[in-house]
Amino acid sequence: MRGYLPDYELRAPASVDEALETMAQAPGQWRPLAGGTDVMVELAAGKLPPGKFLSIWQLPELRGITLDDDHAILGALTTYSDVRDHAGMAAEYPMLVQAARESGAIAIQNRGTLGGNIVNASPAADSPPALLAYGAQIELASVRGRRWVDYRGFHTGYKQMGRQPDELLTRIRMPRTPGGAGALHDYRKVGTRKAQAISKVCLAALGRLDDGKVAYLRAGVGSVAPVPLDLVKTEAALLGKTLDAATIDAAVAVAEAEVTPIDDIRSTARYRAVVSRNLVRDFLTALAAGETGARVHD
Amino acid sequence: MPDGWVGRSVPRREGRDKVTGAAKYVDDLHVEGMLHGATVRSTIPRGKIVAIHYEGDLPWDEIVVATAADVPGANEVKLIQTDQPLLADGVVNHVEEPIVLLAHADREVVEKARRHVRIEYAPLPSVHSIDDALAADTVVWGTDNVFTHYTAGQGNVDAVWADAPHELSGEYTTGAQEQMYIEAQGMIAEYDPDAGVTVRGSLQCPYYIQTALCPLFGLPPDKVRIVQMATGGGFGGKEEYPSIIAGHAALLAYKSGKPVKIVYDRIEDVTATTKRHPSRTKIRSAFDDTGKLLALDIDFVIDGGAYITLSPVVLSRGTIHAAGPYRCDNVRVDSRAVATSSPPHGAFRGFGAPQSIFALERHMDRIADYLGLDPVQVRRRNLLQQGQTSSVGQTIDEPVDLDKLVDRALADADWVAKRKAFDEHNASTTGPIRKGIGLSVFYHGSGFTGAGEVHLASKAVVEATAEGRLRVLAASTEIGQGTNTIFSQIVGDAAHVPIDRIDVVQPDTAHVPNSGPTVASRTCMVVGNLLAQATADVVGQLQGAGHLPATWDAEQFTAACRAWYADHDALVGRANYQPPAGVHWDEKNFRGDAYSAYAWACYVAAVTVDTRTAEIRVDDFVAIQEIGKTVNPILAGGQIEGGVAQAIGWAVYEDVVWKDGRVANPQMTNYIIPTAVDTPPIRVAFLEPFAPQPVAKGIGELPMDGPAPAVLNAVAHATGVDPRGVPLMPETLMDLLTTQETAQ
Ligand SMILES: Cc1cc2nc3c(=O)[nH]c(=O)nc-3n(C[C@H](O)[C@H](O)[C@H](O)COP(=O)(O)OP(=O)(O)OC[C@H]3O[C@@H](n4cnc5c(N)ncnc54)[C@H](O)[C@@H]3O)c2cc1C
Repeated sequence: MRGYLPDYELRAPASVDEALETMAQAPGQWRPLAGGTDVMVELAAGKLPPGKFLSIWQLPELRGITLDDDHAILGALTTYSDVRDHAGMAAEYPMLVQAARESGAIAIQNRGTLGGNIVNASPAADSPPALLAYGAQIELASVRGRRWVDYRGFHTGYKQMGRQPDELLTRIRMPRTPGGAGALHDYRKVGTRKAQAISKVCLAALGRLDDGKVAYLRAGVGSVAPVPLDLVKTEAALLGKTLDAATIDAAVAVAEAEVTPIDDIRSTARYRAVVSRNLVRDFLTALAAGETGARVHD
Repeated sequence: MPDGWVGRSVPRREGRDKVTGAAKYVDDLHVEGMLHGATVRSTIPRGKIVAIHYEGDLPWDEIVVATAADVPGANEVKLIQTDQPLLADGVVNHVEEPIVLLAHADREVVEKARRHVRIEYAPLPSVHSIDDALAADTVVWGTDNVFTHYTAGQGNVDAVWADAPHELSGEYTTGAQEQMYIEAQGMIAEYDPDAGVTVRGSLQCPYYIQTALCPLFGLPPDKVRIVQMATGGGFGGKEEYPSIIAGHAALLAYKSGKPVKIVYDRIEDVTATTKRHPSRTKIRSAFDDTGKLLALDIDFVIDGGAYITLSPVVLSRGTIHAAGPYRCDNVRVDSRAVATSSPPHGAFRGFGAPQSIFALERHMDRIADYLGLDPVQVRRRNLLQQGQTSSVGQTIDEPVDLDKLVDRALADADWVAKRKAFDEHNASTTGPIRKGIGLSVFYHGSGFTGAGEVHLASKAVVEATAEGRLRVLAASTEIGQGTNTIFSQIVGDAAHVPIDRIDVVQPDTAHVPNSGPTVASRTCMVVGNLLAQATADVVGQLQGAGHLPATWDAEQFTAACRAWYADHDALVGRANYQPPAGVHWDEKNFRGDAYSAYAWACYVAAVTVDTRTAEIRVDDFVAIQEIGKTVNPILAGGQIEGGVAQAIGWAVYEDVVWKDGRVANPQMTNYIIPTAVDTPPIRVAFLEPFAPQPVAKGIGELPMDGPAPAVLNAVAHATGVDPRGVPLMPETLMDLLTTQETAQ
């Protein structure tokens, strides 16, 4: 343990309102602490800057998964285990379930939250690509009120995001039947090993063909840019097109130009570029071949 | 089922304590008045220490501070040589070299203080690769960066090249590897002016620490007491490094007059302690059309890091194993251990052999490829037979039958069918999945190399109590491999008593004789044998006194002990190591009987490669070996499975990322060891012993030798690329696949 505990202050508010009040009094000084699975690692490694922490783990208002006519709504404290255990998630959002299954081990899945995964803003995080592909929105709350924003575009640079210092992420929602009936959901995490791994590249892609033409396409990729990346240009290049070999080649080239991976201790820029290209090609090939539902990679 | 204990899978004697959490590790121990110690380490690979500043808002007057100047005796960590200081004095030679020690009653204060000691340096040039060490443009050790240089072999390779039908050369590399025992290193030391130094902790070799601590404190051995606590794994990582942490804790205890505990966290453990030696091997070979080896010229180099530590002996084992279990009349092994500016590399399961065996076994497959022959066939052409001599001139007396070993491995792995099916699949598929199967054949010498066991002159003692219980006294440590259990089995058989009447005494230099270090796969074979003799000595004394008949049972044994104690106050059986008759080793010329026994093995790996991601999955693993007598089949199987998993890690997962001589990935999240999901089913079998009266050969290290080449040979079979180094990471394999694709 390299952290010096007396350098940290921890408060546990009794309600979301109290949490927001506290954050409003000294904006940017109170850092929310949800499951702690990112924060505690930094603390143990001596890399957590001293400061003030606001535990939100005990706030029931931030928990739970509900489905209404238009959306699946998930509290910010929804854990990976919650996602895995929810039948409705598996039916409509298999890529998010897959991300949850492949994040950490059971202990981490019991503690780690979607809100924490989003706000921790690691480009290597595993749920953001799925959330991007599913067209998620997130709710940000402060004493000034609550607002829903598109998750796409939320991350603006490495660990930069469209959240005000006094805002708490409270909920996440995704449209029902994403991609429409008959869509192909393809989630593939390429980690450093089969389990308990951080991603080197992670693709979540959702697509649907109508009459052989691309009617819907959304894809998020992890670990290939300073932010969880949306392949917006690739999507635009494909919408309305017939998926023949030439179109796929062209789209793969667009995707390759969209990613800007780097070398780090986990992998190399070159590897990440090749793999993201291969995964996009593989997804499009499966889509062209008429595959639907959740793709399985063992 | 055998009628004795040996040969039965009796449960681990300390197993219950470990699984229930009752076992006490060093960090579970709290000693009244204890301080917590921390180590301030160098942040640059090499340079002069200009000044040390103690900064920050900290109670420096309460903090115990020790530097090189505080060492009462010689500031050296005594091992093979004494070049390594306990604390850097004026100069640092690697990153994470200890410079200042701190202690305080509050663990958090000492941790904060550690981060507020600022060292000023005048940097010196450093060396970070084997090539740079050999080039010696910068000299960091001696006159040429070479710690040790050996030449071994037989015949005359140079006479072969001119007429050789075929020649093939290749260069192979292996990376560093972290032992990643579960329990990080730790020690608690106490100092008393009368009793001297007492250290308790996580360790493999209590007497190594005693030897190292005596000169540091100028104390005789009876004033330096070392006690082993329950130890959470070692794999060689707790062979020599514990002398340093023990020395540090003891120095702080000496200076403060209080008990001091130092326990590393994972980051400190991985960055500062030893790793497997990285290596580079060049092989030039000559062979005929059938693959029969005519000459092997091997240039083997290992990176020893900044101090010599155990590198000479790691090098010697690597050198002796370099030509494998093959008959070849002309062999030259030229080997060097070189100095670089990384923390010293050290003991790790296999001890130099996995490195040179990897190179050779990969090379054997390349010869087969070159000739268009089956890799099995090429190996069979060269396997050592009884009566033949190995590359260092050791005659194999055992009736070895390596063909039988290979047959069994191929049968269990379904080699022929799989090789064919995979060839067909790979030739016809348009999909991303490729499949391959590969093998390796190898041997591993048990015990210390050459005259090592003679120099060790190990001793062991078995005492009998008046109640007929037996106390086993040896310095050999239980580090998860089953020492306590196999010792109980061996002694139980020698005394014909149930093993629950045997107590294996905690290794403590105040009570146990020096049975040598717990290394080199020697515990079962060498120390086990000594304990059998010591037990026989007890039996002999009882029989000599007329208390025990020629054949007896447990109750008669107890009665005999009771009778003995009527007119004695102790019953002690002793054994001292005696070298087997007719064994000779010529250290200067590296010829002779290198080891008193070899374990033999053939391993087969089947893999899947996903060409989209270049991920390698080992699907199936067959490990067949001949280990002489198997003392405890489940424990032996566990050793093999664990070793195979660890070696698969070395082969395709465990990449030590170096940045300016420092490990950049020292956490479990970024130093990737295989999990259960990444590890294939490992099918282990022990062949019937070759010898009619088999010994129990060492097995701890054997399984580390064969998996890496078997896996890489399988990857080569699957993909057609020619990987030459481990770890073979997907990044490297992807480059090889891309190059291959471009070439086609
Ligand atoms: C062993 C291990 C394995 C892991 N494996 C994976 C993996 O495979 N894939 C992966 O993606 N991640 C992994 N992680 C990282 C981590 O578990 C996830 O990022 C997790 O989702 C973080 O959630 P948390 O609630 O624990 O976050 P915390 O640590 O509590 O917080 C993380 C950050 O988010 C902020 N935050 C949290 N909640 C909110 C909120 N509601 N509003 C505003 N800010 C908030 C905090 O202030 C902090 O900056 C792993 C971690 C560990 C320790």
